[in-house]
Amino acid sequence: MLADYALLLAGTVLVNNFVLVQFLGLCPFMGVSNKLETAMGMSAATTFVLTLASVCSYLTYTWLLVPLDLTYLRTISFILVIAVVVQFTEMVVRKSSPLLHRVLGVYLPLITTNCAVLGVALLNINQAHNFTQSLFYGFGAAVGFSLVLVLFAAMRERLTVADVPEPFQGAAIGMITAGLASLAFMGFAGLV
Amino acid sequence: MLTLLQSHPLLAALIALLGLGLAFGAVLGYASVRFRTEGNPLVDQINQLLPQTQCGQCGHPGCKPYATAIAEGGAINKCPPGGQETIDALADLLDVEPQTLDAEHGEEKEPNVAYIREDECIGCTKCIQACPVDAILGAAKLMHTVIADECTGCDLCVEPCPVDCIDMLPRKGGIEHWRWELPVPSENRKDLIATDRAAA
Repeated sequence: MLADYALLLAGTVLVNNFVLVQFLGLCPFMGVSNKLETAMGMSAATTFVLTLASVCSYLTYTWLLVPLDLTYLRTISFILVIAVVVQFTEMVVRKSSPLLHRVLGVYLPLITTNCAVLGVALLNINQAHNFTQSLFYGFGAAVGFSLVLVLFAAMRERLTVADVPEPFQGAAIGMITAGLASLAFMGFAGLV
Repeated sequence: MLTLLQSHPLLAALIALLGLGLAFGAVLGYASVRFRTEGNPLVDQINQLLPQTQCGQCGHPGCKPYATAIAEGGAINKCPPGGQETIDALADLLDVEPQTLDAEHGEEKEPNVAYIREDECIGCTKCIQACPVDAILGAAKLMHTVIADECTGCDLCVEPCPVDCIDMLPRKGGIEHWRWELPVPSENRKDLIATDRAAA
């Protein structure tokens, strides 16, 4: 039982990594990875929201949409759920911990439009996960996202001081690096 | 009720989405009342970007009042200690055009630290009263000295000193100020790409 969850977690973090293997959540991956500090803030905020949104959308689906036979409304309902979870989290964090709000603050609203969050919610349904599996799947996706975002930010900090040929400077070399990182993550394919 | 909804799928969809929306709206409405925060977060954000020298060169009594003035639409280019870097950061935060430093309020200088030549100090406490960040230690008729870590290099103590024993020295760079130097663009880099070579 525990081994199943460990496998699910490892599978989501490494083998089916949301960013580098499934190509979800690429905008923050390219956009917020210029500085290690911001990448860490974004990672922490995403981990929090992704786990919560995964569970909340599962509950909405199981307790509202399935009994009413409205499963075709899942996308729009999940968007609603995610927006509310993000907004609610922001309010609570701002009130309860100004320090955490300073770290996560600007990144929380950005996550509403992160396609990885909606992706996790929809994939939970597609793969018929139960409550605990949804929790682990959401958390695993978030850890995977954080892992590659922080790794990538560290690489991009190195890249800013590297002697890059003129046509490849800036976003171009970032894309190339992302491609190489993606290739590296393909190597995990046989792990689970 | 459930059978009625199941026999009218459109009605069920409308009611479900409306109910979901209303429930979430209620939650958010409750949260916004329950978790209301005081103060203007923008002032805090601006205040964080300012260098906290409390020097008053901008014409405001300190950095927080200046931050309040900026939040109400004041000019962002009045802070010489922060220099161009601060102006650019403020312009970025407020989404306005970056400006150059207003020369009326002083010039941008390297970060300094005050140093009291201690054998010349007469112990008049005038610099202690002038210091906005309480970085000068001493008592009447006793020698004063500057706590270098607390000093913001605002120059405000230089003027009141009757014996001119305060120097403004450049702040020494420590390990936390170390910067990775950008590579010097090499001469032959243009030759790497064929099109660059053709243009040159």
